[in-house]
Amino acid sequence: MTAVENHQTAQAPPPVKATDRTVRGWLGRQPLPVRILVIVGFAILAYLLPYVGDVPVLGPQVVTQANDWGSVLFEISYFVLLAIGLNVVVGFAGLLDLGYVGFFAVGAYTVALLTSPDSNFGLKWVWLASVPVAIAVAMFSGLILGWPTLRLRGDYLAIVTLGFAEIIRIFADSAPLLRGDRGFGSIPHPPGNNPDGTAIFSVRDATPYYWLGLSIIILVILAVRNLDRSRVGRSWLAIREDEEAAEIMGVRTIKFKLWAFAIGACVAGLGGVMFAGYQGFMNSSTFVLQFSILVLAGVVMGGSGNIAGAILGGVLIAYVPERLRGIEVFGQDLFQWRFLMFGVIIILIMIFRPQGVIPSRRRAMELKDRAKEVAPE
Amino acid sequence: MSEPYVESPEWEDEAARHRVDEPIPTGPAEPGDTGLVQPTVPGALLEVDNVILRFGGVVALDQVNFALRQGEIFGLIGPNGAGKTTCFNAMTGVYRPTSGRIRFRGQVISGLKKHEITRLGIARTFQNIRLFPEMTALENVMVGADAHHKTSVLGALFRLPRHWREERQGRDLAMRLLEFVGIADRAGEVSRNLAYGEQRRLEIARALATNPTLLCLDEPAAGFNPAEKERLLGLIRQIRDQGVTVLLIEHDMRLVMGVCDRIVVLEFGKKIAEGAPAEVRDDPKVIAAYLGVPADVA
Ligand SMILES: Nc1ncnc2c1ncn2[C@@H]1O[C@H](COP(=O)(O)OP(=O)(O)OP(=O)(O)O)[C@@H](O)[C@H]1O
Ligand SMILES: [Mg+2]
Repeated sequence: MTAVENHQTAQAPPPVKATDRTVRGWLGRQPLPVRILVIVGFAILAYLLPYVGDVPVLGPQVVTQANDWGSVLFEISYFVLLAIGLNVVVGFAGLLDLGYVGFFAVGAYTVALLTSPDSNFGLKWVWLASVPVAIAVAMFSGLILGWPTLRLRGDYLAIVTLGFAEIIRIFADSAPLLRGDRGFGSIPHPPGNNPDGTAIFSVRDATPYYWLGLSIIILVILAVRNLDRSRVGRSWLAIREDEEAAEIMGVRTIKFKLWAFAIGACVAGLGGVMFAGYQGFMNSSTFVLQFSILVLAGVVMGGSGNIAGAILGGVLIAYVPERLRGIEVFGQDLFQWRFLMFGVIIILIMIFRPQGVIPSRRRAMELKDRAKEVAPE
Repeated sequence: MSEPYVESPEWEDEAARHRVDEPIPTGPAEPGDTGLVQPTVPGALLEVDNVILRFGGVVALDQVNFALRQGEIFGLIGPNGAGKTTCFNAMTGVYRPTSGRIRFRGQVISGLKKHEITRLGIARTFQNIRLFPEMTALENVMVGADAHHKTSVLGALFRLPRHWREERQGRDLAMRLLEFVGIADRAGEVSRNLAYGEQRRLEIARALATNPTLLCLDEPAAGFNPAEKERLLGLIRQIRDQGVTVLLIEHDMRLVMGVCDRIVVLEFGKKIAEGAPAEVRDDPKVIAAYLGVPADVA
């Protein structure tokens, strides 16, 4: 820059202010080794979760009663994955995507078509071979959907994506290729054998799937974090804050919105791939619209715009209903009331903590300010 | 959205050779109109050529003509609603002129995308401040610096060397610019928490970060006290001295007259005067416009 050539480089300010009293603020002030240690510690604890039931006193309270704990953990893992992916689209880039389940379905169906003996293609690939193809197809469908629609403004985009999820569902229901509710069976499991010769991934034990899911989540978190803390994340944020100003400052808005969309689709596709490999069977009723809404609710509850919030949201929407399953109140299983409960929880959160449980630093202030606009002091 | 503007270099050369001796084109621009590589007005950096811009019935710009020379501070003044901001919007691709052309270094830019125009070297600030409110001051400026960065999504994902290099360069540039406009101590503050004057200066820093040849300032001194105005004046001169041409919209006559080399006056979308500050100040049409008297009476 010509205008300032003769000014010497100044010191960059510390990224976290000393006054930030939140856990994240505390963590941000610690030296790098401490930060890494804390995070690795959390990861190890996450890997040990399948054994939490063995912890005296507390453990039995945590594990679910009605369903196998390993299966529930796996379910949590793909919900968390979906929440992290949707957070890129909704939280970072500010694009309201209501058809997120569509990409999940695209990923899962691609695996089914390539691997299941029921598929018309008759390819019978192994699960692992179908993974890159499924992710690519999901990403590609994100680009196809995004290309014409990302020029639309907020509300219109929400409606178009909602329509997209419905199209996928109707297509799955009626296209002969996708076999409607007869669906696809015998989708192969991920590869690998135990030392004693039995398969690691089987219908007998869901725990290995959870570990696989957790490993994928960790990789995706690293990837998303890298993007967030770069030119890409800055561009997304700028687009979310003021799209026109961002473009006037040189941000290629369409390009970065497309990327956000494609990355979200890619992560959802990955979720679908995991799901298909675990379930072994899927049909057109697997992918309901409530699913999209549920993940979105998770992101909003947890705190949209930051990864920790998305993780918490994913855990909330998957774990809470399962924990309540089997508990009867007035002869009714509480699990049946999950959507009502989420509705109430969301309303309460929107009233008392609109920025979500773990707010993004930025979102929190945005909302505080909006509240001030509505009710000036 | 208009169609992306595709230019073919050979065609352009052809056009330039044929059109050198032709009269200045004044008709309405065709959608596919390609720019001359040579400016029509010799030595001009930016030419606003017979630009008309209508909003429904309102003619916001009515056959406006002027040309900026490289290295000058150029004032754009006029009463409220005269079309000054609209003129900026037409230059930066926010609006497309109904007819007429805008050329920057000889290339027609009306019809280009906003971010393309920025990369060609036109940067601007906004009359009603439009920072990214939840980003820190430093991040705001880094967005501007990113305009010339090439780190791809994959580069950021895998932390390739270019990512680190450009992050460092962007951060250094941003810090220097914050220091240049005098708010380096606020670098880590979220921009919405900055004082009004700091926000105005941050906008200038962000615009400078895109490495412009032409900097357009839309009422940068609005709401400033005399001391702040004085500092801004110094800043604008410094920017010019570093080789950046400045186009300034400003209502404070003393400031405009003090800093500008030349001035154009708009009223109701029409150019009513152009020239050195002293000439413009004494122009009866200008006096009438500012006193609210119709020009033919004055
Ligand atoms: N997007 C728009 N749609 C309709 N009319 C517009 C639009 N933008 C500007 N105008 C009109 O164009 C005219 C010129 O407005 P403009 O904002 O350019 O004035 P200005 O010279 O910048 O005034 P000020 O000194 O108040 O900033 C005004 O009559 C305004 O109402
Ligand atoms: Mg204006």
